Amino acid sequence: MLHTVNKSPFETSTMETCIRFLQPGDPVLFIEDGVYAVQEGNRFSPLIATVLKNNPVYALGPDLYARGISNVAKGVNTVDYDGFVDLVEEHQVNSWF
Amino acid sequence: MASMEFEENNVKKIMHVMRHAPHGTIYTYEGLEMILIMAAYEQDLSVVFIGDGVYALKKGQDTAGIGIKGFAKTFMALDGYDVEKLYADESSLKERGLTEDDLVVDVQVMSAAEIGRLMTEQDVIIHH
Repeated sequence: MLHTVNKSPFETSTMETCIRFLQPGDPVLFIEDGVYAVQEGNRFSPLIATVLKNNPVYALGPDLYARGISNVAKGVNTVDYDGFVDLVEEHQVNSWF
Repeated sequence: MASMEFEENNVKKIMHVMRHAPHGTIYTYEGLEMILIMAAYEQDLSVVFIGDGVYALKKGQDTAGIGIKGFAKTFMALDGYDVEKLYADESSLKERGLTEDDLVVDVQVMSAAEIGRLMTEQDVIIHH
């Protein structure tokens, strides 16, 4: 199951809630303001590192670039819109907004 | 017979996830309306209360003073629409100082891992 998160973790607890319900192996994709979660060296970096132990983590490139985020936490994969579509094709979607 | 099979094949497992407190936004109320509409189509529905969503079920809500009708009682009517799979997240209740006894309906209290497993069994998940 693909979990998408579109809210900044600094604004709402959406991401942390989502993480509690992840099953091992479920991919997580950050989009829109959700991408602030994966900027390297922020308050949530240790949590992202923990998630990466059991789950692949993606962030949508165009949303990162739009926000000037170039230093993405290690292990987080950047995907373009085609990559987004591939993920949606492969998995049932659970959209946390 | 053929039409019955057709109908059975059209039943989807749909989970509604209530994540907002009831009166600050319209999410919960609209979600409840959507559940009632879907119930009319006899889908396999479940409703999960996570985070502030658990406040929707709190006993003793009196909305007269804020000028809205209130809908906690509507959750009690879900049973009549054969919506019987109600789940609440254990830690969401706990961190808000609530127990099952504080809620207007009978729910199954489950861990995040158990609810997460249920999510993987669904055809559709809709957050409210």
